[in-house]
Amino acid sequence: MAEVLVFVDHVDGAVRKPTLELLTLARRIGEPVAVALGAGAENTAAALAEHGAVKVLTHDASEYADYLVVPKVDALQAAVESVSPAAVLVPSSAEGKEIAARLALRIGSGIITDATDLEAGDEGPVATQSVFAASFTTKSRVSKGTPVITVKPNSAAVEAAPAAGAVESLAVTFSAQATGTKVTGRTPRESTGRPELTEAAIVVSGGRGVNGAENFALIESLADSLGAAVGASRAAVDAGWYPHTNQVGQTGKSVSPQLYIANGISGAIQHRAGMQTSKTIVAVNKDAEAPIFDLVDYGVVGDLFDVVPQLTEEINTRKG
Amino acid sequence: MSLRIVVTVKYVPDATGDRHFADDLTVDRDDVDGLLSELDEYAVEQALQISEGSDDDVEITVLTVGPEDAKDALRKALSMGADKAIHVEDDDLHGTDAIGTSLVLAKAIEKAGYDLVISGLASTDGTMGVVPALLAERLGVPQVTLLSEVSVEDGTVKGRRDGDAASEQLEASLPAVVSVTDQSGEARYPSFKGIMAAKKKPVESWDLSDLDLEAEEVGLEGAWTAVDSATERPARTAGTIVKDEGEGGKQLAEFLAGQKFI
Repeated sequence: MAEVLVFVDHVDGAVRKPTLELLTLARRIGEPVAVALGAGAENTAAALAEHGAVKVLTHDASEYADYLVVPKVDALQAAVESVSPAAVLVPSSAEGKEIAARLALRIGSGIITDATDLEAGDEGPVATQSVFAASFTTKSRVSKGTPVITVKPNSAAVEAAPAAGAVESLAVTFSAQATGTKVTGRTPRESTGRPELTEAAIVVSGGRGVNGAENFALIESLADSLGAAVGASRAAVDAGWYPHTNQVGQTGKSVSPQLYIANGISGAIQHRAGMQTSKTIVAVNKDAEAPIFDLVDYGVVGDLFDVVPQLTEEINTRKG
Repeated sequence: MSLRIVVTVKYVPDATGDRHFADDLTVDRDDVDGLLSELDEYAVEQALQISEGSDDDVEITVLTVGPEDAKDALRKALSMGADKAIHVEDDDLHGTDAIGTSLVLAKAIEKAGYDLVISGLASTDGTMGVVPALLAERLGVPQVTLLSEVSVEDGTVKGRRDGDAASEQLEASLPAVVSVTDQSGEARYPSFKGIMAAKKKPVESWDLSDLDLEAEEVGLEGAWTAVDSATERPARTAGTIVKDEGEGGKQLAEFLAGQKFI
C-alpha cells in the first residue's frame, strides 16, 4: 500500500488534535508515515502509533525554533524524497499552509489548502473544500506531482487504529534559505485553559452586542459551562474588547465546530465566512432582523444580558 | 539610498455580492462587481508607512495579475499613495492557480526590480494565503510573513508574527517578502487629491511575452490542480426562532440538551 506523509503539529512532543484527524484521513488513501520535527519530536511516537502511523520520521535541530518555516520545508522535502509518498497531508494552520506551499513548489506538485474532507479517487485523493463563505462546496484534486493537501481542523473524527509507529531518524540537510528569517524573540501565549479556538468542538462567540471588554466575562462563563473555546467578531476585536487571536471570520480564524453559539453578533458576510460550516448554529441577538438568524438551527431574539446568564445557569444546574 | 517596494494586490469579486462559478469552474468575474481585496489595502498602507518613515528615496509599485477590470484595484492603490502600477494581463492567464500566479508575480517582480515585496495575508476570494510563501521560495529571498507590525531600517526588515502558541519577533535582510495581517494598521481612505493624482500616475501593461512566459505554463491548462465539481450549498432549513419572554435562556438550554450538547 502507498505511503502517505503526515506532517505532525506538536508542542514539545504533545501532538495536537488536527494531526490525529489527519492520520484518520491518511488511512483512506494509504499507510500514514508521520514526520515530527523539533524539540520533543520522538515523544510524539506513541500518540501517532496509537492513531495509525506505521512509521514516525523524526529530526531535531535548533534551526526549527530559531528560523521561520524554511527548515521545516527542507525536512519535509527530505522525507518526501526518502518515502516517495502518494500524498502529503499538512494541518491547515497559517504555518502549515506556508510549509505545504513551498514544499509543493519544490517538488513540482500542485497544492490544495483548507480541505474539509478527503477521499481516495481514481486519479488520486479528492479534496472537498468550502468556498465563498461556505456558499459552495467544491471537489478538487492535484493534477501534477505528489498531491500536497492541507486539511482544516475538525474535518474528521479522531479514530484510534494502533500501528507499529516505528521511530526512524530523518536525515536533513538545510538549504541556504533555511536561515534567512531569524526568530529573535518568542513570547508564549498565556494559556487560558480553554480549548484552542480552531480545534474546539464548541465555540461561544461575542460581538458588538457584548458592549465592552468587561462583559466578555459573561461569554467566558457560558463557554466554560460547555467546555468551549471563546471567539469574538471583528467588531469586538477592533473595539479592543477581546484579543485578535480569538477573532472568528474572514480576516481571523475559520472555525468548524459541532456547535457555534453567536451572542450579540449580527452576522456580516465576513463573520459568516469564518463560521458557516459549523454543524449546529445558535444565536442570541436583540435584533430579530439580524442576518445571523438566517443561518441558525435555534435562535433567541432577546437581550444577551438576560439570556446568556440564564442559559449558563441552566447548563450548570443540569450538569449538577 | 533608495528602497524599491513592490506591493502585490488582487482584484476580487465583492464578497457581499452573489459569487459563483463559471461553466469552466473558474470564479465567475462577470456577474459580480470587483474591488481591491480588502486584505491587500493593509499591504499598501504598510508600504506607505515605511515610505513616510524613511529617509531613503522610496518608490512604491503596485502589481496585479488579472483581467482588464483589475486596473480598478491598481487605481485604488495609486489613489492611496502608491507611485506607479504594473498590470499583467493576458487572455492565456484565465484559470491560473496559486502556483501559476506566483510564477507570473515572481517574473514581474524581478523585471520591475525590488528590495521589498509586501502582500496581504490572503486574498478575500481564494483565501489560500500561500502566495507570499511561494514568492519567497521562487525569488530565493527570506519570507517574513503574517506580520502585525513591520519596520524597515538599514537594509533589515523586522516584524512581529502573532501565532496561536506564541508571538514571535522576526528579522531578515533585504531583499525579502513580507505579508501583513489586518492588525498591522488601519488602511487609509484615498483623499480627493489622491484620487485626482492617481489618474496621472503611470500604469504599465505587461503580457506573458514581456515576462518570457509561455501560455502552457499558466492558465487553466497549466494549473497543477483541477476542480472537478462546484455545488451550491443547499439553503439551510429554517431554524427555530423564539422571542425571549423571560425563559429564552432555559429554552435554549432545552434545545442544546435535546442535541446532546449538555
